[in-house]
Amino acid sequence: MDALTLARWQFGITTVYHFIFVPLTIGLVFLVAVMQTLWHTRRRPEYLRMTRFYGHLFLINFALGVATGIVQEFQFGMNWSSYSRFVGDIFGAPLAIEGLLAFFLESTFLGLWIFGWGRLPDRLHLACIWLVSIGTILSALFILAANSWMQHPVGYHFNPATHRAEMTDFFAILFNPTLLVTFPHTILGALLTGSLFVLGVAAYHLLRGNETELFRRAAAIGTVFALLASLGTVLSGHAQAQVMTQQQPMKMAAAEALYNTESGAEFSLFALGTPDGRRLILDVTVPHLLSVLATNTWDGQVLGINDVQKLEETAYGPGDYLPVVPVTYWTFRLMAGLGFLLAGFAVWGLYLLRRRRLESAVWFNRLAIGAIALPYLANTFGWIFTEMGRQPWVVYGVLATAKGVSPTVPWGEVLASLAGFTLLYGVLAVVDGWLMLRYARHVPTEEAEPELVPALVY
Amino acid sequence: MGAYWNLPSLWFLLIAVLWMGYFFLEGFDFGVGMLLPFLGRDDADRRVLLNTIGPFWDGNEVWLIVAGGATFAAFPEWYATVFSGFYGALFLILVALILRAVAFEFRGKVEDPRWRRTWDWAIFFGSAVPALLWGVALADFLHGVPLDANHEFTGSFFDLVGPYALFGGVMTVTLFLFHGSLFLVLKTEGTMLVRARLTSARLFWLALLGLGGFLTWSYANAVANHDKGLVPDFVPLAALGALIAVGWFRRERWDLTAFMLNGAAIVLTTATIFLNLYPRVLISSVDRAANSLTITNASSSHYTLTVMSIIAAFFVPIVLGYQGWTYWVFRKRISREQVQPAG
Repeated sequence: MDALTLARWQFGITTVYHFIFVPLTIGLVFLVAVMQTLWHTRRRPEYLRMTRFYGHLFLINFALGVATGIVQEFQFGMNWSSYSRFVGDIFGAPLAIEGLLAFFLESTFLGLWIFGWGRLPDRLHLACIWLVSIGTILSALFILAANSWMQHPVGYHFNPATHRAEMTDFFAILFNPTLLVTFPHTILGALLTGSLFVLGVAAYHLLRGNETELFRRAAAIGTVFALLASLGTVLSGHAQAQVMTQQQPMKMAAAEALYNTESGAEFSLFALGTPDGRRLILDVTVPHLLSVLATNTWDGQVLGINDVQKLEETAYGPGDYLPVVPVTYWTFRLMAGLGFLLAGFAVWGLYLLRRRRLESAVWFNRLAIGAIALPYLANTFGWIFTEMGRQPWVVYGVLATAKGVSPTVPWGEVLASLAGFTLLYGVLAVVDGWLMLRYARHVPTEEAEPELVPALVY
Repeated sequence: MGAYWNLPSLWFLLIAVLWMGYFFLEGFDFGVGMLLPFLGRDDADRRVLLNTIGPFWDGNEVWLIVAGGATFAAFPEWYATVFSGFYGALFLILVALILRAVAFEFRGKVEDPRWRRTWDWAIFFGSAVPALLWGVALADFLHGVPLDANHEFTGSFFDLVGPYALFGGVMTVTLFLFHGSLFLVLKTEGTMLVRARLTSARLFWLALLGLGGFLTWSYANAVANHDKGLVPDFVPLAALGALIAVGWFRRERWDLTAFMLNGAAIVLTTATIFLNLYPRVLISSVDRAANSLTITNASSSHYTLTVMSIIAAFFVPIVLGYQGWTYWVFRKRISREQVQPAG
């Protein structure tokens, strides 16, 4: 493997790993803030214990998200210095703003929230957790603004004198149509992750009859938000598919392994055989669905890979503009399939909740424990799809990934850091998973929860 | 002074201020982290020590993240060259910071002495390695590293760890250790307070040696290269003077003054380095005049710097306000009794 491949693997591994923790952070802190607000307005002690219980789990998860986030900021320069030189004038700004607006807010008010129990007035303490939640959402907004610019570069011009892309319109970057669909999709996906986590952990305790009064309510919160979030994720995903069809036709074609342009295109549910388009053994399809998905019309035209390849050759010169089709095909399917599955699961949950049978529904609760894992998979597939579907570009139509890599970092150092990060991340994943399980299983009885006195945390 | 009124200079100043803030703030939590295995004789002790920096360390670290982001946004060439050139060192810093961050959170979660010991050492190394390597890196900016005409780093890891750069690391480690001990004097009670005072008395001499040596060496380099940058002599002298004054205030138990003055010594030392750099951001040891990165050849476009300046002007004061308020909220001392409630 050359240094470029190693650098891509390192970016892939560290980013996918970082994004295991981020969605739960964003989703769960919002729900913890909701729980604390319920305690504040209703004063039922269950809500306080619920806030503290899920707050502990949030903090274990948050630590790894923050720790692995620093790597993200550093490795653009470390492994992708040519990319950084080329786009820094545009790409650096959202990163710096993310730090100034989001990270300071998040870390400072989280410190105040953790150590402020019983020290700060109730209302101020409640405001702290909401500010943390706002911080996590702002952070997502700015990092997605940076990413959306890579998917669909706007508000810039190429300066031949400095040989780099330079910003001409900050608001165009902030109101990039790609960002406007990506941001809600990502935030709602994170909320879905958090909701199913709250529901799944509650289900575990309900099955064992632990603190039913508390976990019944937690399961209800999880179910309601899971339903809202899953429907929102599916709808925003649909909006995203249409923007993507216009902006990156190759990605849509590769998502479907559609080689020839079609009108009223059918959607392949799953295909067996050679996804390179040469031979198909089995292909289960839904007529017209792809056209509806991509264009919102029954007979809309969807460009095939072969035609997009020709178009891109005309625009950017000879070359291979095809991403790895089996990866885009399957990640897209699995992501969308999981989204629909979870929406269905949430509808079932709401039905049980309306009938007041949620806490006694054994099968629902058993499945809810397993369902914790599904949004993680969907999140991961979604990111792998959108990033690998953009290849061979790092900035779509502007800069090829191969041209972004650091020219001076030796192969051996990249290999060593790749091995080092993978090993470290692997060990931390085991420790973190073990701690999460331990604390999730812990029963938050009234005796186990100390009174609200200013306490030391570490 | 008209020549300095431009946006790249403003951003050079802002990034320098971010480093000053980072060293002032994270300096004391690195110091406490490094002192942890030595001042903490049992678990209750170590919990006292960790809780002194508990609400602050994460917010302090954001100064680094923002310094990194601001460098990327305002001086992409500086960011790209330093981060790819200092690859090995930054990898070590990242591993250290990751271990440190999770250690704070994980340590208290299991009541097993071996578990806690392991994370205590993670906190120690997680604090010591960045404390050392940031000093090395800043000294390298000033001393110069091999850069070619395209501003690409052409050296290896060993070009980064010359004697002067290593002494830069020694300077930051000793200053941060002393800074941490002065912070503990402010934040602890009882036997821990006695221990912190004793330690700060010893560390004073170490810090004096570290800072005095570094400033003298830097001065000698500046004279030899006929390159004193913009540094007025009183800045490094004031840094040294502040540190010497700390020695006196510390003995007289003007603890807050001592801590703040030591912070001033850290800030003034960082200022010396950046003033000596200006208008360069990274000096090339190969053809200093032609290959060095400067605020002009490394900077972003005027438009980007304008946008960033407006945002910074609006939000920096807000951030400073609420971060300062945190220190006020958690101003109380921390005792063993809080860690081990009676009964």
